[in-house]
Amino acid sequence: MKDFNDITEIRKIIGRHKRWDLLFMIAGIIALMIAVLTFIALFAQMLIDGMPRLTWAFFTSFPSRHPEMAGILSAWVGTTLVMLVTAASAVPLGIASGVYLEEYAPKNLFTEIIEINVTNLAGVPSIIYGLLALGLFVYQLGFGQSILAAGLALALLILPVVIVATREAIRSIPVAIREGAYALGATKWQTVSDHLLPYSAAGILTGVIIGLARAIGETAPIITIGALTFIAFLPPSPVTEEFPYVSFEWLTAPFTVMPIQMFNWVSRPEEAFQLNAAAAGLVLVVMTLAMNGLAIYLRYRMRKNIKW
Amino acid sequence: MAVKSHNKVNHPGRLGYSFKRHLHERFIELLLFMSALLSVAIMIAIIAMLVKESYVFFQHVSLWDFLTDTQWTPLFDDAHYGIMPLVAGTLVSSMVALMVALPLGTIIAIYLSEFAPFSVREIAKPFLELLGGVPTVVYGYFALLFVTPLLQIIFPELPGFSLLSAGLVMGIMIIPYVSSMTEDAMRAVPMHLREGSYAMGATRFQTAIRVVMPAAFSGIAAAYILGISRAIGETMVVAIAAGMQPNLTWNPMEPAATITAYIVQVSLGDLPHGSIGYQTIFAAGLTLLLMTLVFNIFGHMLRKRYREIY
Repeated sequence: MKDFNDITEIRKIIGRHKRWDLLFMIAGIIALMIAVLTFIALFAQMLIDGMPRLTWAFFTSFPSRHPEMAGILSAWVGTTLVMLVTAASAVPLGIASGVYLEEYAPKNLFTEIIEINVTNLAGVPSIIYGLLALGLFVYQLGFGQSILAAGLALALLILPVVIVATREAIRSIPVAIREGAYALGATKWQTVSDHLLPYSAAGILTGVIIGLARAIGETAPIITIGALTFIAFLPPSPVTEEFPYVSFEWLTAPFTVMPIQMFNWVSRPEEAFQLNAAAAGLVLVVMTLAMNGLAIYLRYRMRKNIKW
Repeated sequence: MAVKSHNKVNHPGRLGYSFKRHLHERFIELLLFMSALLSVAIMIAIIAMLVKESYVFFQHVSLWDFLTDTQWTPLFDDAHYGIMPLVAGTLVSSMVALMVALPLGTIIAIYLSEFAPFSVREIAKPFLELLGGVPTVVYGYFALLFVTPLLQIIFPELPGFSLLSAGLVMGIMIIPYVSSMTEDAMRAVPMHLREGSYAMGATRFQTAIRVVMPAAFSGIAAAYILGISRAIGETMVVAIAAGMQPNLTWNPMEPAATITAYIVQVSLGDLPHGSIGYQTIFAAGLTLLLMTLVFNIFGHMLRKRYREIY
């Protein structure tokens, strides 16, 4: 009956190790809980401090020396305009690079360099992009400390995100779709523009939203290019009364953005300003969470609906 | 051969060879190529800009002083240009952050990849992603006004600004990056390796630690390297919660400036273009870029060395 003994012996050993399983599972849940609880604490802290300040007037007032009169009007207008520039430059460039790398690029050393480079760009600290923008856009190209310079700086920052999302979305389209298009005599660009881009639109959009959500919260590069923290006026309106009805003067206007406004308020010693910071932070978090949530939802729907 | 006669001469009109269409295709390809080239141009521009301004800086300050001086006071009358205090601040805050992010991120990844039921994973993954999307300035606020007072209850002598509280919050902030990349790497390990391990009587924990993790090593290394780069380059949390005074210390309980915090501090002021103060931020930026680059190259080598192909 030696065999039987061996098996009970083995079972005992396994049983002992299974206890480690349980212990680790508890450790995993605790680790997850630490992340969850931190997030809840962060949100609750801002909600408690900031909620009373979140009135209509907060959104329609300029910053002020009096904390109870200060608002985020110039900040959210600035953020919106900067995001317009960022999206308008990063989205076409990112999609074009993604399409090139995925569909056109020959397999050679040069392509590999571009690919490694995109990965490396994603790892460059954001403040370095700020230094580049300061030297290149602000001084060398003479854009000044303007909305244009800030928008372009953030565009460089999110370019890798858009490129990677585009590549992944296009890669997931089966080869049969391309072969079908070529068989009917479509050229490469016709295949890309009529088939690949429409089918990957949802995936690309997800990447764009995640990139823009990141850009909205980025503070360091914009501080580096020298955005002012106290702006009590709005940039010139993009729509004018006279012909030609649109004006691009706002591109060169000085500005502030939401995270900088918040940073400014956090770094003041008075507690009343820190309540304003909480309120601004709340708006910022809700905005980024909504965008990220939308992206996650889009991806979820996509996974459910598309069956190649 | 029938196929051969289908050349461009025999098919005028719609199906034939069209010079215009050919040109159009070429033009678009060129356009797409130029956009892809832009990413290389950005990298070159970053390095050129940092080196150019640093070059001017190093004509005023010798490299030896830059590396060995223990004081960083470029804006004072008695100016010292020793990068050490800033590097020390960066390393200490990053260390604290990584001591939080790497273990917790790894545990979460192993749990989600090997232990958690499907439903937990479906909820936890998007949640972690949201956590990673919170703006860093908000984390800075949280570190200064929530974590620091909390820590002061435990360590009453902790000052209002400290590397410890900035580092801890930074660590929490980095968890999602580490955990999601580590989990992806572990889930890419083929199922038959796990099945082989289970068949030998190994438990889940043994399988995760002894089989899946070594097999996913190159991906896990990549995740860690990304976490390290994030920690070194993180700006707003340290600028808000760790103070902006350069302070040569290895003690996380003290306030100190990091490289990034110094750049923010200078940028907030009004330094004239071309002054030595203006050039210091580029020299500091170059140091920062080199630090992240060293880790990235190291990670790349590690990945190449240990890559497992299935």
